Formats: sequence, structure tokens, C-alpha cells
Amino acid sequence: MKKAKALILTTAGINCDFETQAALNICGARSERVHLHELISKKNKLQNYDILVFPGGFSYGDDIASGKILAYQIKDKLKDEILKFAQSKKLIIGICNGFQALVKMGLLPDEKTFKQSVTLYYNDSGKFECRWVYLKTNPQNNCIWTKNLPEIICLPIAHGEGKFITKDEKILKNLKKNNQVVFKYCDAKGDFGKYPICPNGSQENIAAISNSGGNIFGLMPHPERFIFALQSVTKKGFDDQFGWGKIIFENAVNYIG
Amino acid sequence: MKKKYCENIALSALSDAQLLQLSKTNVLALSLKEMKTVQHYFKLLKREPTDIELETIAQTWSEHCKHKTLTSPIEYQEISGAKKTSHTFNNLLKETIFEACLKLKKKWCLSVFADNAGIIEFDENYGAAFKVETHNHPSSLEPYGGAATGIGGVIRDILGVGLGAKPLADTDVFCFADPKTPAKKVPQGLHSPRRIIKGVVGGVRDYGNRMGIPTVDGAVCFDECFLANPLVYCGTMGLIPKNKISKKVSAAEFIVVVGGRTGRDGIHGATFSSVKLDKDSDVSAVQIGNPIMEKKVLDALLIARDLNLYTALTDCGAGGLSSAVGELASETGARVELEKAPLKYPGLLPWEIWISEAQERMVLAVKKKNLKRLLKIFKDKDVEASVLGNFTSDKKLTLLYNKEIIGQIQMQFLHEGLPKVSRKAVYHIAKEIKQKPIKMSAQKISAMLIKVLADLNVCSKEWIIRQYDFEVQGQTIVKPLESNSIEVSGNSDAAVIFPYTLIADTKKAIVLSNGINVSYGKINTYKMGAAVIEQALRNAVCVGANIDKISLLDNFCWGNCDNPEVLGSLAACAKACFDFSCKFGTPFISGKDSLNNEYSVGGKKFSITPTLLVSAMGIIENINNVVTLPFKKEGNKIFVLGLTRNEMGGSIFNSINKISDGILCEVFADESKPLMQKIYAAMQLHLIESCHDASEGGLGVCISQMCFCGQLGARIDIDNIKVYEKMTPAEILFSESNGRFVIEVKPENVEKIYKIFRPCIFSEVGAVGGKDLIIESAKNKMKIKQNINVLMKAWQKTLWDI
Repeated sequence: MKKAKALILTTAGINCDFETQAALNICGARSERVHLHELISKKNKLQNYDILVFPGGFSYGDDIASGKILAYQIKDKLKDEILKFAQSKKLIIGICNGFQALVKMGLLPDEKTFKQSVTLYYNDSGKFECRWVYLKTNPQNNCIWTKNLPEIICLPIAHGEGKFITKDEKILKNLKKNNQVVFKYCDAKGDFGKYPICPNGSQENIAAISNSGGNIFGLMPHPERFIFALQSVTKKGFDDQFGWGKIIFENAVNYIG
Repeated sequence: MKKKYCENIALSALSDAQLLQLSKTNVLALSLKEMKTVQHYFKLLKREPTDIELETIAQTWSEHCKHKTLTSPIEYQEISGAKKTSHTFNNLLKETIFEACLKLKKKWCLSVFADNAGIIEFDENYGAAFKVETHNHPSSLEPYGGAATGIGGVIRDILGVGLGAKPLADTDVFCFADPKTPAKKVPQGLHSPRRIIKGVVGGVRDYGNRMGIPTVDGAVCFDECFLANPLVYCGTMGLIPKNKISKKVSAAEFIVVVGGRTGRDGIHGATFSSVKLDKDSDVSAVQIGNPIMEKKVLDALLIARDLNLYTALTDCGAGGLSSAVGELASETGARVELEKAPLKYPGLLPWEIWISEAQERMVLAVKKKNLKRLLKIFKDKDVEASVLGNFTSDKKLTLLYNKEIIGQIQMQFLHEGLPKVSRKAVYHIAKEIKQKPIKMSAQKISAMLIKVLADLNVCSKEWIIRQYDFEVQGQTIVKPLESNSIEVSGNSDAAVIFPYTLIADTKKAIVLSNGINVSYGKINTYKMGAAVIEQALRNAVCVGANIDKISLLDNFCWGNCDNPEVLGSLAACAKACFDFSCKFGTPFISGKDSLNNEYSVGGKKFSITPTLLVSAMGIIENINNVVTLPFKKEGNKIFVLGLTRNEMGGSIFNSINKISDGILCEVFADESKPLMQKIYAAMQLHLIESCHDASEGGLGVCISQMCFCGQLGARIDIDNIKVYEKMTPAEILFSESNGRFVIEVKPENVEKIYKIFRPCIFSEVGAVGGKDLIIESAKNKMKIKQNINVLMKAWQKTLWDI
């Protein structure tokens, strides 16, 4: 079996790169932390990898808006490479700040248009929040990253700008029609509700989306923070020892292998 | 000779009064004796000092850098009723806190009181470094910036310890006045407490979160005395390879400054922190933080460290370059060309460049052969690195600007020339009287429990905690908020960091906890010192730390120590630190003091209550043995470990009911230490399901918290709780005696628990179950019943939003 090679993109302000690397490696990938400069200067090539990870953090301090500067840098300097990567059906994941960058560069929800049509805006609570949330998965969704997950999982979130909003009703309708909504914030029973069940005021409680091809995945929660049971606030996971994040990264690794 | 880039300060002809005036006008914060020592030094050199020389001495000799009050002779007198005892300390710090560490001779202490942080052994390859700093004065004037640079500064302490440790977790402890204090009660020139709280929390949040370091442990205390002087303690823990702990500068190595540019922010921070504030205090003494810059420095620095590209480093903290270079070069000497420092904007005078406390800068000693590679690494990470000069062998500090010598001082005078001043200290031990027996009906006790849970000093700090990313790095196993389900929360005793991303396959983890109590300090600082040490230890033990391998940090925040009574209360507290550090076998490995927390306006002085923060760092051998506070399962048995005494002095109950009598809780280490050892032993055998200590608020609060964050009720027979003397049910529930834990045990393990804990004082007091907390006493024909969610709401709502 081929060992999946993952590139974990770092730049000023990215700060979840180490644990994301650890999570991918635990799940069977060979992952490297690569600085954006190395890609721009062509010292390293995106095409050498199978999986591209935009990890969490505060890229460039989230100045202007979260993920905005990183999004522009990619669009300006790496447009062809990233489109080639995305369209060759390789895997891309954006976690938290990475999700913010993916939607702001327009790789999500539709890499073909490569234009921003949704955003992640300031939480309704007006403040950064760190908490564990329940997420309802979508069995109709074809996202490669989220296969084999049960109906309800839990993961931690930590963000100040996580309110998912689409540009207009049509975009939202399309997202639903194409089954691109991957996770929705819910309660323990799977019912939807207001704060704190939905921690940020997202439209229709949306926490994660994928592209229509299912290879590009963006989510506000942090799967890399729940690989083993002890990492959870309740100290419980599945099979007595694992966390839901493990399934997400294993899906990617197995898809490549 | 007329100098172009500096001014000579005519010192030789000044009278005593003029010397003092100069010290005040130029914010030098030097005493008359110190000014005269400087005057004498330059008289011997037959010249006047330059501005930069005088500034260098003032920064180096500041209370902030030299801790001169705590290291100078103190004639201490203790008065208890008619009894007087005296003792002279030649160096209070050395003879108490440091002495305890020497006496304990723990071989797992790798670096103590020598570097930017204390270091203990983590495993065969790594050491764990821990430091807690205060940033009180800046946070009082500019809460957001003050707190942000407080956390930024202590992170750099960890980055600058040895050859650099990787920061894994932050802690924060704040002391504020009530956020509801009406505007008219706030003294002139000050921010309202609400504004200070929001600013301080925002500062820690934005800096810590952006750095990607989880803020995992802390405390918030409220008392009126912090209205004019809020306290902000920031801590960082990191891991460092054992072979990177020592550093040594050699002559001819380059002085390289990396990180942010130098600007006019933070001029006189070191000396300003040693003066009492008033309404005219200058906000420009507060630095401006940029966490993304510090993150870039962190990333680049650790790469350079692992390639052995530098031989020594330290951070630019108080005193800026003057302290950093001065410290590194103390054994060698240095030649610094100040025009080479990159500036934020032109126009800085050389002395301003030299003492500016602009943030995110580190100073490195680099050998010629490594310079090129080092500069490249920083360039690749977008971090500026500049050669400022070199270390020498002449034992002199030589400062140049555009080739002109603008200052030259002997290192020996700079570091050892500070004159010692003997101070007087008096401590009056207040007489404590037992309060009248507290008789209350079941209904009243029930209502009181709600009030105690809702008290500012007990209530949930969730509003603050959730603004911090306490999960980043994925290693926070025991979190600041713990529960059995994600919808509820209870306050954790301590945090546990499991560094699996740094050390693959490790089973070990690090515990961080703290102890602080403001109301005890008002009654007796010796007892307060003892109580907060034990509180920090209990908290660490609750989550699974081994009491035989816990280290401590001290942080003294005191008022004006020129006042012998205030200094006396500090000496008494330092004595407690020595006594109880020895008794528990837990050494202090580093510390910090912040004196002169006093504010004056309109002839009125506002001073703080003496406040000691003790922070503990322990090691967990096996991460699978951690324990948290929520009750886990219906039917499990509840034990109270330790003895309850009639100790209501300084309690939350007394403050709510405005009772001034009462005995302040004492520490009985010979009772509590064996208990802590046995708890650890029982946890290794997985015999304890949950564990929580009784502290502020007493047993009632402790059991309530275990109930609601476990979403399980409990039935407690109060008659079975071991008491030292006859006590009423209210006294048993609200007394704040030290040395007590509540544990939950599976029925099948009860026998084993009896076996382990004998002959300590403990008893089985009830069982977990239902949705109510029921507390019964047949003796008093009393039954208290309260729904656990009612208790939780009371605990949560006080600070739900500020």
C-alpha cells in the first residue's frame, strides 16, 4: 500500500501545524510541515504530495479578516498549482483558519469557479470561544474525509470568526441540493438549536462543507485535537480509546493508499 | 570633550536633594544612597556620566531586575501579644525560599533561581521549565496592552531559558475589584474594574491564542483592595532538551538581536514598575505587543537551537537591550554599536534604543562560523536578525553610536556595585477569636450554599476561560473546565498537559496548578503562605500528580515595602514558604516579586492586601492514571479525606455574613502530606473515580461542584464527616480547613481504600446518585436537599457575562 504524503502548510501565525502533523502520522500518513515561502519560491512542489492541509491558527494575525491574507497569497502566487492539485482529485482539508482561507480564496464550495461565495464571519456572541460541540453528519454527502462516521460525533471548536454565511439564498440552496453540507452543529440527540448548541450563529447550523467532488473539505471544528479518547472533555471516545478525528484522517490516508 | 550622540549629566556637584530630584524626574527609581554610589563611582573616574550610562545603571539596579528589597538585609521583629522575637535576614530570598530548595536537595531539580525560569526533570531527555511573571503596573494603566505583553514576556522567558524551551501551556491569575463597582467609587485617573477585566482578559486571549499556546490554568480573585492596583500574573511552561539547559558566552562571539524592531514603547518599564503610581503616571511606559512576530521568532529560534547555531540567549524584557546584553556579558564584557539596531521609526536617541522595552526581541551569542546560517534561518521565517556588536574579554560594557563611545562602565560595578540597605520589618500577629457557634436551619443552610457558590471568589469563571483556546496543540488532557458531558462544566483543580506531539510514545504528562487567597492575607500572611502552598499542592494531587515530585514558584505582590509593617508581613510569608516547602518536600525553583503596588491620589493612598501566588508544576508518570472532579457513576461511594476544624476565619461564609471573628485555617503538613501520598498510590491502582479538594467555600461547595459537572446527585451524611471538635452542620459545610479531599470510589474498591488510607483521618460519608444533593444529619435532625442544576446555575450566573 502506498503511504499517503501530506503537506501541512505553515506561514506566519499558523499554530496548529504540529498537532495536525502528529494526527496525520498517527493515522498512517507521512506528513511534512512546509512553509508557504518554499512553495512560492518553487523550492518545494505541491504536486509531490497527495494531501494538502491548511491547518488552524491565525495566519498573518487574521489582519483584515480571518484567513484573508493567506487566501490572497495563494490566489496570487499559487493559483495554477492549487487548481491542478484540486482538480486531480487529490485531497485538501482546511481546519478552522484553514477553512476560513479556503472559502475566502473560493476553493470552497466550488473550486471550478474559484470565487468566494460564502464566508465565515464574527461569532454572534462577539467573542472567541473554545468549547466542545456535537455535530450531525450527513449520510447523503460524498465527502471522502467523513465516510464511516456515525450520525452524531463531537469535536472541539476554538474560533472568533466561525459564523457560516452564504452570499445569497441560491448558493445555500445549491449547497443543500448537492449535499455539500458535511456537519451541522446539534445537541446530544441530534436536534438543532441556538447558542451554545450552535456556538457562532451559522446559517442552518452549518459547521463544515465540501466541494461537489468530495475531495476538498473545510470545517470549523478541530479533528486533530480528538485522535484519542483522553483528549475529549469527557475522556470518552469510540472503542474505548479513539477520537472521531482519527476516522477523518484515516479516511484520507486510506483513500490515497 | 563634547559628545555628539549623548549628553553628559552633571552629577558631581549635585546636593542630596538634587540627586533625589534627578532620580525622580528621569524615572530612575534610585534611592539617595544609590545615587550617591553612582556619583562616587564617576568621581573616581574623574568624569560625569553620560545619559546612557546613568540609564543603564538605573535599569540594572531596578527593583524589577535586582529584587533589592528581598535580597537586602532585613531586621525582622515579630510581635504576638506581649511576646516579641527578632531575627536578622541578610538576604531574605536566599535564606527562606532558596534555602528550602538547597536543603531539600532534589536531584530532579535541574536549574533553580539561576535562569529565566526554573527547570525540573521531565524524562531522561527533557526538562520542564516553568515561570510566572507579574505585569501589574502596565495592566493598571493600559489593561489590554499590559496583559498582552505580560503573557508575551513570560513566553519569552521560557523561550530564553537555557538555549530555549518550547512553550506548551500558559497560566493566568488575576486579582480585580468587583466589576459592578459604581463609577463614583473609582479613584481619579483609574479605569473602572469592568474595563480593566475586559481589557486584561482580551489581552491574554489575543496574545495567547495567536501564539498557539493553550491557556490552561488560572484563578480570579476579587477584592476591593485591587480597585487601584489590579494584579495580573502570567505563566508559561515549556519543555527543553536536557542538553540545551546550560549556556555560556565567550569573547568575540557576535551579539545578535532577533525579532521585532525597537521603538519608543516601553521606555522606563523596569524602573516605572518600582514606583508608586498616581494619576500622572505615563502610559508610554507600557509596551506594544505583536504575537505573530513572537510566533515567528519562536519557530525560527527552535530550528536554530537544534542546529546548535548559538551558544547563549536571553530575552529582552525589563530594561530592554541594556538588561539582556548586560546579563549575558556580565562575565565577559561587550561592545555594542547601537546604530545597528533596526528601528520602528527614526528619531530615537541612543539611550532610548538601549533601554526601550519594545517587545518580541531576543539576544543571541553567535560564533562567527555560524553567523551566516543563523541569519539565513531567520530570514527564511521573515524575522529580522541584526548583529549589534560582539562580546569582549575586557569586563567592560562599551556603548557606541556611529563609532563614538557614548558609555563605558565596568561590569563589576554594574552588577555588584549596588549598595545594600538594611530595612526594618515588623509583623504583628493578629489575635484570632473563635466566632459564636453558627446555628442555621436546613433551609437557611441550603440558601447559604447557593450564595456561597454564587460568590465572586467561588463562582464559575467560564466567561473568561472559554475566550482562551485551551485546546490548541491538542495536549490538554485535564482542561480548565471538566465535566461528564459537554453541555455542563465544573472548575478543574489543575491542568494536565500530555506532550505527545513533541515526545512520541511518551506516557508522562505535566500538571500545572496554583494556590492564592486574598482574604487569608488580610488576617495572617504566614498562615496565608502556608495555605496557598498547600492549596496548589492539593490541586495538583487531585488530578494525579505525585506529591514527591512537585516544584513550586512564588510570586509576591505586596504594597509599599518602605513601610516596616508591610515588609514585616512579607518576611512572615517568606518564612512560611521556607517552613512548608521543607515540610512538604516541594522545592521552590523560581519566583518573582512585585512590590510597591500602591496608588495615590488627592492625598489618599490605595494599597493592596499582601497576595502570594504559589504555582505548582508536577509530573504524572502515566497519563492513563489522571483523575478529574466530576462524579462518574450512580452507586459509587463518597469519602472525605482529612479533618474538618472550626476554621471560619477569612472564609467565604464569613465574608458574606460579615463575621469578623473566626480562626484562620492552619496547615498540618504531617496530616496532609501522607494523605497526598496515599491518594497518588490509590490513583496508580485506579481506585479513585473522581477527586476534588475542599478550599474556598468549604466542603459544601466542593461536593456541589462534583455533583453538577457530573450531572449526578449525592447523599451525604454529615455526621460521618470527621471533625476535630464539636461543630454545627453549617460550620462543617462552610469551614475552610486545609488538608481535605473528597473522593469517589467504586463499591468493589471500598475495602482497598480503607486499607490504603489507614491510619490517616478519613471516612465514608455517602454515595453518588439521583439528581439532588442531599445532606443529612440525624444528630441535628436536619435534611438539606437541593437540585444539582439549581446549584450549577447559581455557580454559573454571577460572571456569565461581563
